[in-house]
Formats: sequence, C-alpha cells, structure tokens
Amino acid sequence: MIYREAGQFKTTYASDQQLFPILQDRVFVIGFLVFAFGVMPYIGSKYLFSAILIPFLILSLAAVGLNILVGYCGQVSLGTGAFMSIGAYTAYNFAVRMPDLNLLIVFVLAGVFAAIVGVLFGIPSLRIKGFYLAVATLAAQFFTDWLFARVKWFTNDSASGSVAAPPLTIFGSTITEPVEKYLLVLAIVCVFALVARNLTRGAIGRSWMATRDMDVAAEVIGIRPLRAKLSAFAVSSFFAGVAGALWAFVNLGSWEPLAFDVNRSFQLLFMVIIGGLGSILGSFLGAAFIVILPLVLNQLPTWLGIPLSTAMISHIEFMVFGALIVFFLIVEPHGLARLWAIGKEKLRLWPFPH
Amino acid sequence: MTHTLKKQCAVVALAVAAAFGAAQDVAAQSGEIFMPVLVYRTGAYAPNGIPWADGYVDYIKLVNERDGGVNGIKLSFEECETGYATDRGVECYERLKSKKPVLVNPLSTGITYALTEKVAADKIALFTTGYGRADSADGSVFAWNFPLLGTYWSAADMLVQHVAKKGSLKGKKIALVYHDSPYGKEPIRLLEEHAKKHGFEFIKLPVTHPGVEQKATWLQVRQQRPDYVFLWGWGVMNSTSIKEAIAVSYPRLQMYGVWWSSAEPDVLPAEAAGKGYNGIALGHSDERDFPIHKDMVKFLYEKGKGTAKSKDEVGSVLYNRGMISAMLSVEAIKKAQEKHGKRVVTGEEVRWGAENLNIDAAKVKALGFGDMVQPLKTSCRDHEGVRRGRIHTWDGKDWSYTSDWIEADDKFLRPLVEASAKAYAAEKKITPRDCSKEK
Repeated sequence: MIYREAGQFKTTYASDQQLFPILQDRVFVIGFLVFAFGVMPYIGSKYLFSAILIPFLILSLAAVGLNILVGYCGQVSLGTGAFMSIGAYTAYNFAVRMPDLNLLIVFVLAGVFAAIVGVLFGIPSLRIKGFYLAVATLAAQFFTDWLFARVKWFTNDSASGSVAAPPLTIFGSTITEPVEKYLLVLAIVCVFALVARNLTRGAIGRSWMATRDMDVAAEVIGIRPLRAKLSAFAVSSFFAGVAGALWAFVNLGSWEPLAFDVNRSFQLLFMVIIGGLGSILGSFLGAAFIVILPLVLNQLPTWLGIPLSTAMISHIEFMVFGALIVFFLIVEPHGLARLWAIGKEKLRLWPFPH
Repeated sequence: MTHTLKKQCAVVALAVAAAFGAAQDVAAQSGEIFMPVLVYRTGAYAPNGIPWADGYVDYIKLVNERDGGVNGIKLSFEECETGYATDRGVECYERLKSKKPVLVNPLSTGITYALTEKVAADKIALFTTGYGRADSADGSVFAWNFPLLGTYWSAADMLVQHVAKKGSLKGKKIALVYHDSPYGKEPIRLLEEHAKKHGFEFIKLPVTHPGVEQKATWLQVRQQRPDYVFLWGWGVMNSTSIKEAIAVSYPRLQMYGVWWSSAEPDVLPAEAAGKGYNGIALGHSDERDFPIHKDMVKFLYEKGKGTAKSKDEVGSVLYNRGMISAMLSVEAIKKAQEKHGKRVVTGEEVRWGAENLNIDAAKVKALGFGDMVQPLKTSCRDHEGVRRGRIHTWDGKDWSYTSDWIEADDKFLRPLVEASAKAYAAEKKITPRDCSKEK
C-alpha cells in the first residue's frame, strides 16, 4: 500500500529517466537528506559523529568506489586499501608542501593520483581476470605498504613513520567540531554517490556491466574492453583515493601505513559482497553492517546491563558478527541491497500478495 | 535508493544517543572521578595486554577498597577493548569521553599519536607511562602528554650506554629488530644519532604485524652477525624472535629487549632456551613482595575481587607496570586535589597535577611500592620525570638484575626532544608555552 505506484504515469522521457522515477522513493530520499543535513546535527552526540557516522560515511564512499570496480565491472580487486593510502599520502604531501592549497582541491588531487595509480595497476586486467586479477591487485597493496613505510619522502621524514594531517581549513575557517566534520563528509559523500549513480546509469556504466557479464560479447557489440576496464579502475580508485584522504584527514588525523593495510582492503570487499554487488545502496548497507554493527555488538551488553568481562564481550562480538555474516550470505547471497529490493517489491503488492 | 541508509543511521543514532545520554547522567551524578581503561585482552597482543590491564584495574579497585577512593572521592572506571587497533582505540576514547574522564592511558603508541591532538582540544590528560611519543617529554609543546617513567628514546639511550660499557662500539654493528608500527619505529631516530656519535653500524630490521613471520629478518641477522640485537617487539612477536634467534644460533646474551619485550609472556614460550636474554627494566622487574602486592592479595584477591585469574599474576613484570601506571595517574589526581580541593577534579586540574608531580623515594615507599619506582619529578619543561633503568636477565625461570642503574643522558637527549617537538609545533601551528612563567 505504502509503495503502490498506481496512478503514477510517466509521459515524458525525462520523467522516465530521472534518478528516482517512483514518487515514494523521491519523497524518502529528500526526507532523509533533510534529516541527515538538517536534523541530525542537532540531535547527534559528539561520539555518534566522530566514532560512528564519520567512519561509516567515509568507508561507504570507498565501498561505492570498490563496488564500481567489482560489482559493476566485474574486476575483482584486493587493492582498495592501497588506493586509499595513495589518496591519504598524496593529500598529506600536497597539504604539507603547498599549505595554501584549498583542502577541497587537495582531496580532488588525492583522487586524481589514486586514479592514475589505479589505472597502472589495472593494466593487468586486460589480460587476466577473476582470482588472478585479485592477486595482481594485491601487489598494489604490498607495494604501497612498502612505499609509504620505507620511502621517507612521503612521510616528510617522520621519525616514527606516523604522520599527522594539518588542521582542516576550508575557505578560511578551521573545522574542529565533529558535527562540522560530519557535514563536510556527508556533503562530499552525497555528491560522490550521485556521481556514481549517474555514471552507472549512463553509457559508461552500461559498458562496465556488459564487460562484467560477458566480455567477449561486449567486445562483439562494440564496447572497447580497454576503455571499459581502465575507466572502471580509474573511477574506482578516484573514489578510494578521496575516501583515503578523508579517512586520514577527517577521521584519523594522524595515521601510519597500517591504517590502510590489506585488512582494510578485505573489509571493503566484504562490505561490497555483504551489501550487494552492483548496487550503490548496497555499498552503504554493507558499510553500515561492517562498521556499525561490531560497535553496537560491543556495547550492547553494557546497555542491557549485563556484566561481562571486556575480553568476553570482545569474543562475543567476533562470534555474533561472524555468524551474522554467514546468516546474511545464506539468506540472501546477493546482499543486503537485494533484501531491500525484495522488501520493496513485497510492499508494492501489500496487502494482496500473489 | 539511499534512504535505507539514512533510516539505519537514524535508528542507530537514536539508540546510541539515548544510551550515552543516560550514561552521562549517571557519571555526572555519582560524584566519582572517571578513568577510562583502554586495553587489549584479545588478539595477538593479548598475552601482554592482559597482565597490564589487570594491574591497572586492580590498583584502581585497591584505592577504592582500601582507602575509600582518592581523598574520599571514589574512582570509577570502564574498560574498552582496542585490540591494539588505532581506529578502535580512537572509537573507545570517543565513546568514553562523554563520561568526563580526567585522564586516559591509551596503551599504544599508535593510539597516542592519534589522540595527541584530541586530548588537547578535549582537556583530558594523556598518560603514556613508559611509552608514547618521545618528543612529548617536552611539556612546553605537548602540554597534555605525560610520557612518565621514560620514553623509548631514553630506553634506547640506556641500552646503548650499557653495551658501550662492555667495550668501544666503534666499527661494531647493532641491529634493531622492531615491530613495524609507530611503537617499533620510535627509537630509530635516536639510534641513528647514536650510530653517528659512537661510530657503530646501525641495521634496521622491521617485522610486520603481528610478528610471527620473522624468518627473513633472522636470516639477515645470521648474515650480518650484529654484535647486539635490540628487540622492540610486543606480544607474540617477542617469543617468536627469541625462538628464531635460537634457530639461527644467535646468542641470547647479546639480545636486549625494551621493557615491553622483557616480560614473562615473552620468554616463557621459549622455555630454557631463552636463558640469558636481557631486557631493560624501567625501575621495576617482577618484584612480588612489596607491601602493595600484599595489599592487593589482602584487599582484592582474598575477597575474590581481583581482576586477574589468580593471585600468582600479582607482581609479574607487566602487572607491576599496569599498577605503576595507575599509581602515577592517581598521584596526579591527588596533586590536583591538593591545589583545587578534595572534590571531583577536572582534566585540566589533573594536567596541572601531573605537571607538578614530586614523588621521592620515601613517598614511593609509603605508597607500598618499595623501590619499584625511581624518584620522579615533573615540570613544564620535563614531562618525563625520570629516566633510569636497569638491565634484567632471564635465567630460564626468573628475571634478575644484571646491571647497576643506568641514567639516560639528558644532555644528549634533550636537544633531540626539543628539535622534534619544535618541528611538531611548527607543523601544528602551536605556540610553545614559556616554561619560566609556569607556576
């Protein structure tokens, strides 16, 4: 009933092709954007912003990037952490060496450099695919780990290998409050989500999907695999690079190569798989699952007033989290986004299922 | 399409906000001084993290149980598991921040780096007892950091002094086998300076987290045959290093661990073969018979309130370290109360207390710590307080001291600390305080 589309007629191509063709979707999206931008800053606590929402949003952005590569273009990658670290260190070097540069430009440059490196490491994808490609992208991971840990120039000769981001100054004002950081990240993520959604709907997205589904057939119908694959690597790495710069500058403030190690790549891949391959929404759902759920599980016993030792809580967190991953993948191998889509379909027919 | 995300956010947001709002009220009403305890009781570093956490928490419990709190104000605490991951550590800090802590002890160099800026903004003192960043000893720049009892630079300096006493270091080789994290890299700059000064060759051998894969590292040791190996490891990495040293028959007598690398969990897995392995003990080793240990057993373990699994752990190296960390924190609170009255003090007041600590030998003894802690005096200029240690050696069953007290050379260290702090201040646009004007 809530989701019934009866009576919504699309009479122009424009109305058929808009981002959210269904009225209810539009209302919800606008409603939630208003909530996220207008209401959330007033009701959220500092902890909520700095420890939950900001990390969640930034990793969502990285997951969207990875989803473009893995979900839309079918190129399995284990190197997202590497591209994030390239973004982070590029941003750091620009910010330290050219202190007058606007931070937003710094973030874009971070994305550009990550995209260049992404394309370089994407070249093997023209010859190999699947697991073989995953291993090739793993090389990017180990290479950047080595590069940023060993080449001192990148860390500005930091003694401990840990670097600290300069203050977040955008258009003359310095951002320090978690709520301001949250709004900054939210705005950037919204823009990028919109870009990603439109890219995947357009010609370029179709070429990615055709390559993913059957590359030989795609070639036959005139899609150039070189362009499709490398553009997917470039866009994906761009997203990851910006996410890496945000992760370093906004979330951590001070970081070391360990913040972008292979575990981060795995974490992002799991987000994409659990959230739903080939779905922008899925990237957000997956990020929520991986970032927020463990924190909630970790604090649940305290909220419920169950006295447990710290180690026990931690172990329970790991067990429940693992079990939930298995559960969701069994119930819906296509990810949380698919569960949501099924829910929506059911709502459309409700209360008369057939 | 993105609306479920917002919906989820909202639900979680409300749940979390409600929970934390409630928690904050409780803390504010209770009239207690809150101390967050960041620990790692799980993961690769748990064998070392557990005794430290037990010691720290037990001391807080003891103060409440035996003395009824600090000058009548009870201490409350809450543990938060970091798993030695910097992002989880920061999350813990943010989570517990709402309860108005006066100080935080992050138990990780990486988390220390991440929190250094945050604590200054939030006005919470950052205690890094025996670890943290070495340049934060300069209190004029790092007003909120307290690397009490010595930093990794002091430790490296003491180790170099110790081996230099055995014969000139000119032309010799010293290898640093280190955990490839801020913690492990911390002593590098100092050792490089020493290499220039003494004319020894300095070899850096990194080991990646968690440190069980060290075959390549020790093959290099076998190839290059350094005269000494300094071990900056943690958790499972240490015992692996000792085992690998045995495998390439590198003499354990020439191996020196920092204090995190010379506790029972590190040497016990190697059993008798670990015999002869050395470590720098920062004031204390595994002393067990001081009044404080007896109090622990009497007030906590005999009443079933102890945190550790058994009272045998009381007095082990890392348990002592945790206990001493908590003791110094409590002393800072006491000092703050001396000036500001016997009430629930704020983070700012505790910071002042920590900067004006003056714990002499008699006081250490009165606190029941015997001679486990060296006399310690902090000031605006010096947040470290004391930089003395002894070498202790593992005989297969126990640790015993094998050297006299070594004092780190402040004349050598101080310019390096100040230069590094100055660079940090310039990068962060901090104006250093004028210490001559501080009261």
